[in-house]
Amino acid sequence: MVGQASQPSAAAPKVEVRDLTIRYGQKVALHDVSLDIRENEIFGIIGPANSGKTSFVRALNRMDLFTPGMRVDGTIRFDGRDIDKWRNVYALRRRIGVVFPLPVGLPMTVYDNVALAPRLNGIRKRAVLDEIVERCLQRAALWDEVKDRLNSLGSLLSGGQQQRLTIARALSQDPDLLLLDEFSIAVDPVTTMRIEDVLKVLKDEITIVLVTNLVQQARRLANRTAFFLMGEMVEVADTEDLFTRKTSDERTQAYVEGRFG
Amino acid sequence: MFEASELNIRNHRVERLWGLLFLLMTVLLILPVVVILGVLVYKGGPIISVDFLFTEPKDGMTAGGIFPALVGTIWLVAVALLASVPVGIAAALYLSEYAPDNWLTRIINLAIINLAGVPSIVHALFGVGAFVLFFKFGTSILAASLTLAIMTLPVVIVATRESLQAVPQAFREACWNMGASRWQTIRKVVLPNSISGILTGVILEVSRTAGETAPIMFTGAAFFLPFLPQSVFDQTMAMSLHLFVISTQVPGVPEAMPYGVALVLIGMVLAMNAVSIGFRMYLRGKKKW
Repeated sequence: MVGQASQPSAAAPKVEVRDLTIRYGQKVALHDVSLDIRENEIFGIIGPANSGKTSFVRALNRMDLFTPGMRVDGTIRFDGRDIDKWRNVYALRRRIGVVFPLPVGLPMTVYDNVALAPRLNGIRKRAVLDEIVERCLQRAALWDEVKDRLNSLGSLLSGGQQQRLTIARALSQDPDLLLLDEFSIAVDPVTTMRIEDVLKVLKDEITIVLVTNLVQQARRLANRTAFFLMGEMVEVADTEDLFTRKTSDERTQAYVEGRFG
Repeated sequence: MFEASELNIRNHRVERLWGLLFLLMTVLLILPVVVILGVLVYKGGPIISVDFLFTEPKDGMTAGGIFPALVGTIWLVAVALLASVPVGIAAALYLSEYAPDNWLTRIINLAIINLAGVPSIVHALFGVGAFVLFFKFGTSILAASLTLAIMTLPVVIVATRESLQAVPQAFREACWNMGASRWQTIRKVVLPNSISGILTGVILEVSRTAGETAPIMFTGAAFFLPFLPQSVFDQTMAMSLHLFVISTQVPGVPEAMPYGVALVLIGMVLAMNAVSIGFRMYLRGKKKW
């Protein structure tokens, strides 16, 4: 979890995905995807709606276990271990933080929202919890706005604030892997920039998967980027190569230049 | 330019006509309630007094009060609540939060629907067979209340499940994604946001059993007992059975008396409903999302 290498190494991938196919009933959402996510990188996933990006994120966190009709074939290895074979799926999920496009402020206080995951993990000391809550809210660029009302309800914050609360909650479980699925949809541009700055710092400690509709966001942040289209992975490459036509597929070029999607 | 056309005017008239028709049907609904309450208050009201409520029947139930029946009904409802609420809530939690969508769950759901459709006299006979004879509780409050509890279990389960389903799925997923188990999620997020709705719904449903007669008449309610029950193993008088008895079984009862009993019984149920509805309104004002 402590990573000195800010330069991604090809040695041991954090997440290895092999022949991943995801179905909902008869419908195939993602077909035969294989890729590696390296330790301490920001791995971008771009693609138009309905291309399987969110399904990919859901599979990484074993959300298929509570999504009716969702079937995952192929293997995903997290730190070298097949996630299908983790007997304690709760322990797996604790190491993976997730943020979805729609903010979810749980109907408890702001403080309790962020302290929930540490408490589930058995942390009881008030001082430790205080420190975690402040650090996570700082990182999610929310601390200044809520520090005086940590005891008001998280579900009554504005949409943008709730999304940052959701991000703070994802960070509060101290994950090795952070999955961000279009986190910036509900957040204003200035705050988005502040969170992006935090992500650049965070990647020294953890690995981040950034699913985004904003092609330029992937370009700004991601070390490598994958392009998903209609349930297939068209290609994966170093972000700059992908955006500068060095390796790109014709369809990728069309998408990143805004000619479709 | 903004003048109403022929068609506009006709539509408007038809619209008003339908609205009036629906209103009329709805008002018809109030009629029985008003008539029942009116007749009861008019005929039974004069007999209601502190003495009537708090003394026991005298002269072969043709005089005196209803105290043992009043206390007995409270016993029966309270014990029925104690029995059906934990079981009903647990079953609803299983069905709402744990149960996979498979044949077993479907059979359970079917069983609940059918249990709700069983006539109360059949429940009574089941109660005699199961609680009075098999478990050897004898005719007692315990046997009668358990019979009532089984009868109300389906509505308790359905009311609870509705409250649980009202908690958004996104809250559960957010919690699971932090590595919370199903039980932790229920305890931290689902129950705190539904328990008040569950309790009000359940109290509302169970209080209706106060008026049930058939399920208790063979299992624990007595024709006449001049003293109060001391434990759940005693028999007891009950308001509903008492009303049946003095209306049909005993000669020479003054006319006002059955009306008085009915008025007190309906008053008890309405009071419990009012408390439950008031509680619900108070909580709705405090809704957290």
